[in-house]
Amino acid sequence: MHNLEQKQVIELFKRNKIASLPGLRLPHLKDGQEMQTVSMPVPACVRIPMLQHMGHACEPLVQAGDTVCVGQKIGDSDALMSVPVHASVSGTVRTVETRTAYSGQHVQHVVIDTDGTQTLEHPDMPVDTPDRDSFLNAVRESGLCGLGGAGFPTHVKLGYRDFDRLDTLIVNAAECEPYITSDYREMMEHPDQILEGILLVMKHLRISRAFIGIEDNKPQAITLLQEKTSAFSCIQIIPLRNRYPQGAEKMIAYAATGRVIPQGSLPADQGMIVMNVSSISFLAHYMKTSQPLTTRRITVSGDAVASPCNVIVPIGTSVADVLHYCGVNGDLRSVLMGGPMMGIAVAQLEDPIIKNNNALTILKHPSGRNTSHDTTACIRCSKCIRSCPMHLMPAMLEKAYDRRDFAAMPALGVDLCIGCGCCSYVCPAKRNLTQKIQLAKPHVRRYLEQQNAKEVQT
Amino acid sequence: MFQTFILPLLIFVGLGILAGLILSVASVLLSVKTDEKEESIRAILPGVNCGACGFAGCDAYAQQLAKGEAKTNLCVPGGDRTSKQISELLGVAYEDVEEQTAFVRCNGTKSLTQNRYYYTGTPSCEACNMFYAGKGTCDYGCLGFGDCVAVCNYDAIHIQDGVAKVERNKCVGCGLCAKQCPKGLIDIVPLSSCVHVACASCAMGKETRSTCKSGCIACRRCEKACPNDAITITDNCARIDYAKCSHCGKCAELCPSQCIRIEA
Repeated sequence: MHNLEQKQVIELFKRNKIASLPGLRLPHLKDGQEMQTVSMPVPACVRIPMLQHMGHACEPLVQAGDTVCVGQKIGDSDALMSVPVHASVSGTVRTVETRTAYSGQHVQHVVIDTDGTQTLEHPDMPVDTPDRDSFLNAVRESGLCGLGGAGFPTHVKLGYRDFDRLDTLIVNAAECEPYITSDYREMMEHPDQILEGILLVMKHLRISRAFIGIEDNKPQAITLLQEKTSAFSCIQIIPLRNRYPQGAEKMIAYAATGRVIPQGSLPADQGMIVMNVSSISFLAHYMKTSQPLTTRRITVSGDAVASPCNVIVPIGTSVADVLHYCGVNGDLRSVLMGGPMMGIAVAQLEDPIIKNNNALTILKHPSGRNTSHDTTACIRCSKCIRSCPMHLMPAMLEKAYDRRDFAAMPALGVDLCIGCGCCSYVCPAKRNLTQKIQLAKPHVRRYLEQQNAKEVQT
Repeated sequence: MFQTFILPLLIFVGLGILAGLILSVASVLLSVKTDEKEESIRAILPGVNCGACGFAGCDAYAQQLAKGEAKTNLCVPGGDRTSKQISELLGVAYEDVEEQTAFVRCNGTKSLTQNRYYYTGTPSCEACNMFYAGKGTCDYGCLGFGDCVAVCNYDAIHIQDGVAKVERNKCVGCGLCAKQCPKGLIDIVPLSSCVHVACASCAMGKETRSTCKSGCIACRRCEKACPNDAITITDNCARIDYAKCSHCGKCAELCPSQCIRIEA
């Protein structure tokens, strides 16, 4: 598969020669996709966390009583895996408090009382990036981390150690989860900016070709971007099969280029940079205006929402404020940050919107997914195995976890699990397969470390 | 009759006797020589494989004892009785085992603290803990799903009113529960100790007070009152040095949130 040319791969896809991604065919439920994006008025108060992505937390640069402007840097760190945090509103810092993030970490939050003027730290001006280093530095200063969900710091992703190996840019616009439409709105509203962003990254990293992967349930977006990119032979639109999790990094990379990303390696090791479409668009916006990442487009939808909408909110706005603005009230049983498959339930409605949030999904069902109350025994139907996009055996992994057999799990490919939730979704016994596999990962890592330590000793 | 029933029966009986003979001869000829001393020590040990002695299990401890490379008083579950028996067997001086027991450093029963969210996932402490550090408003308290209960070999720990509680007369202090607790709430303490701090909250006093009615707010009253300097506040939480504690109970009398408990 490695040596197939792109055109051949597409041909094979068309002729059904390549087995389609296992995964799931989920209902789209993207009722809000034609809703124009609206901007939310500035809330009375925002809470901006110093850690909004995978990696290290920033140290706050402001203290209680300081006046801040929109775009002012309020947190930074020397660690590599960190991006600076900027104020999303103008106003006065009320306090710096510690709150528990969903990962269980205690993260400092800067609480700002807004003054409503939204004074900018500096006016719009283009960023001058004559060479690659200055470009990468500008990416870091923009405060950008992957906006698709995982939140990998973008300057680390683009600053790959071996630039000569990079030959492909893949723009991830699959948006394969139900309900979410924020990337779709970005494509419909700012197609030119997306194009600028792609050309920018291609120029600075000397990448020769780019693919935009879009699921075929968004034909308008495909047509629009095809029109816009028709002048550029190096940019190609790839209509992807409508299959969850088509937007996962390894899936989209395979669909676009036919290259497989092996266990434990980055897409860049295979010459690919995979970026979310909103990230790429923001990058172009930043280079034009030098206004850092302070807002996010959020799709508010779900089966408990009467009128879904796409709304731009300042980062740090509480979930409660967003829901209030969108007219979602009443008995909220289950509010998820993200979509119904990968989203994380919000424990408290005061929790802030962070950089890599793209949706709030409100469901009627108490958890949106399986609940432990009605879990029954595994009947070995193998539905989880057939649905797993990574070709793992979730039922076997679960059993190994239940008997704490961490020695058996590396061979079962526990580290390959991308946590997409397909297995839990299809399980007729409603077992919490995905959660147990996630739980097993740190144990297996510790077990392997111990084994390595033993080997070193002997 | 003979061909249908009796012949097959005879054949199988004959085969059985033959196989039995071969096995009994083989067991004598091919037997692996084991240290008799090791085997008799192994018989004395309780066989829980808890690892409290510091070896990989009862077999490993017995092996080390037989070689004379381990002390005889390391088996906590076995207690003085086991130590005495092993000492007699090996002919060495008897050493007293310091008997220990587990103690759960949390007092946050359902009436004293609240839940932050309604958890519906896999019912285990470990699973709940990876999500906002647990379902309780207190980030440090007992989650009450009973991961410790599941590993206990002596039925000595139970969830009561949302918090794990140790039955001291059953607990042998092997420490399996302490290893299992994702919050690290369980301490292995000397059985002779009776004054304990039933809180592990490292949060500031104000925050602890808002999350639990019986949390240590680090007011330092106990620290000042202790005549033996046995109690100190580290990380916003009181800790007792059991080597110094004289069980006078002054700290428990003064504690404003009643998180210092005296157990008989």
